Amino acid sequence: MSRHPLTASQTVGPFFHDCLMREDARRDVLCATATEGTRIRVEGIVLDGDGEPVPDAVLEVWQADAHGRYKHPADARGLALDRDFTGYGRIATDADGHYAFTTVKPGAVPFDAERRQAPHISIAVLGRGLLNHLYTRLYFDDEPANTVDPVLRRVPAERRDTLVARRGGDATGDAITYRFDVVLQGANETVFFAFATGNRS
Amino acid sequence: MITTIGEIVRGDAAVFPPYLYEAYRSTIKRAPHHALVEVPLTLSELTGPGPTLSAVTPEDADLTRNAGTGAEAIGQRIIVTGRVLDAKGTPVPHTLVEVWQANAAGRYVHRRDQWPGPLDPNFLGIGRCTTDATGAYRFLTIKPGAYPWKNHPNAWRPPHIHFSLFGNAWASRLVTQMYFAGDPLQPLDPIFNSAPEAGRASMIAEYAHDVTEPEWALGWRWDIVLDGPGATPFEDPREVGA
Repeated sequence: MSRHPLTASQTVGPFFHDCLMREDARRDVLCATATEGTRIRVEGIVLDGDGEPVPDAVLEVWQADAHGRYKHPADARGLALDRDFTGYGRIATDADGHYAFTTVKPGAVPFDAERRQAPHISIAVLGRGLLNHLYTRLYFDDEPANTVDPVLRRVPAERRDTLVARRGGDATGDAITYRFDVVLQGANETVFFAFATGNRS
Repeated sequence: MITTIGEIVRGDAAVFPPYLYEAYRSTIKRAPHHALVEVPLTLSELTGPGPTLSAVTPEDADLTRNAGTGAEAIGQRIIVTGRVLDAKGTPVPHTLVEVWQANAAGRYVHRRDQWPGPLDPNFLGIGRCTTDATGAYRFLTIKPGAYPWKNHPNAWRPPHIHFSLFGNAWASRLVTQMYFAGDPLQPLDPIFNSAPEAGRASMIAEYAHDVTEPEWALGWRWDIVLDGPGATPFEDPREVGA
């Protein structure tokens, strides 16, 4: 194998805010006025193994637009691209471990030639004490397609709920609110993923 | 030093640190206990924000002057440069590189850093650039100092620069730290030590006399290799859909 050895990961540490959360680098509103789709607000808390809030975590999110199209050259399907939507967000938890962002609900995207994935938002969790970021996904509890989602089906059934955001009763402004907590460790630990990239020594 | 080292690792276990590395105490309550669920790369992981994040100015890459005070930061001026590659060795062009670091005295501007090292009014310790067509990045900065932390008695972080990179795909995201070759604090640092030997080697910049500019700044070279789906099939991602 002529693969180059990868560069190791390290924690983002506690001092990232001035860089990663500067005015033009943080993104907790992913949609603009012209963006197509249903406005949603996602909110939650990040908790450690003692159930204590994590006040120095970063959530980065990545999603398709309302039509299920990613703004990326690898998504070469002939779907219209919403030019008013990038699909990327970067949010720090506050002193109480809470985070929130506003976006549009993503459309379904393909899994392979035959199957589709249920609408979901990819999330990377970084933080002090996390030597490598954690990958997870947010699904929506009002999506029937969750039951046949090929990625969710790889998750042990009793843990799938940790990936499903719960729709709240009241809208915040014009947005539907979903609740999604991230538990780093313990009984209700969120499911975290490893991707089969093939880059192993 | 005896420490509990967890078995849960994301990515190549010969390179990446485990989530639990007891000597770095903040991992103890934050490392997951459940095995990671391995999933194939789908369109969600093969895509990512990397190709669209590009809002930088040339001034962003000069940390010695980007505080905007009109004056220069104090410290040993250094040039940090290298290339960003994927696992096949293919350069990753036009990708965002963000950095943050302590000042020459080992102090961050961050309000949570309260140890009595002096602040430098002309140094913010933040920078960014995008790689060029050959995957090369370059920063002008000052060499960061070591600083104490409360992980264990007399704990000092070795001089380092934090790096954040996206690459082309969600699966290629990397946040890491660059260390300077020959520093005596590295073997004492549990964050550095958390990575296995090959991983530690991957984070060390070498002094590069060919990068050093006479009468001006010392050169350090550090290449970064990203995980992810391998060689990019894209000519110039930014031209697509732009």
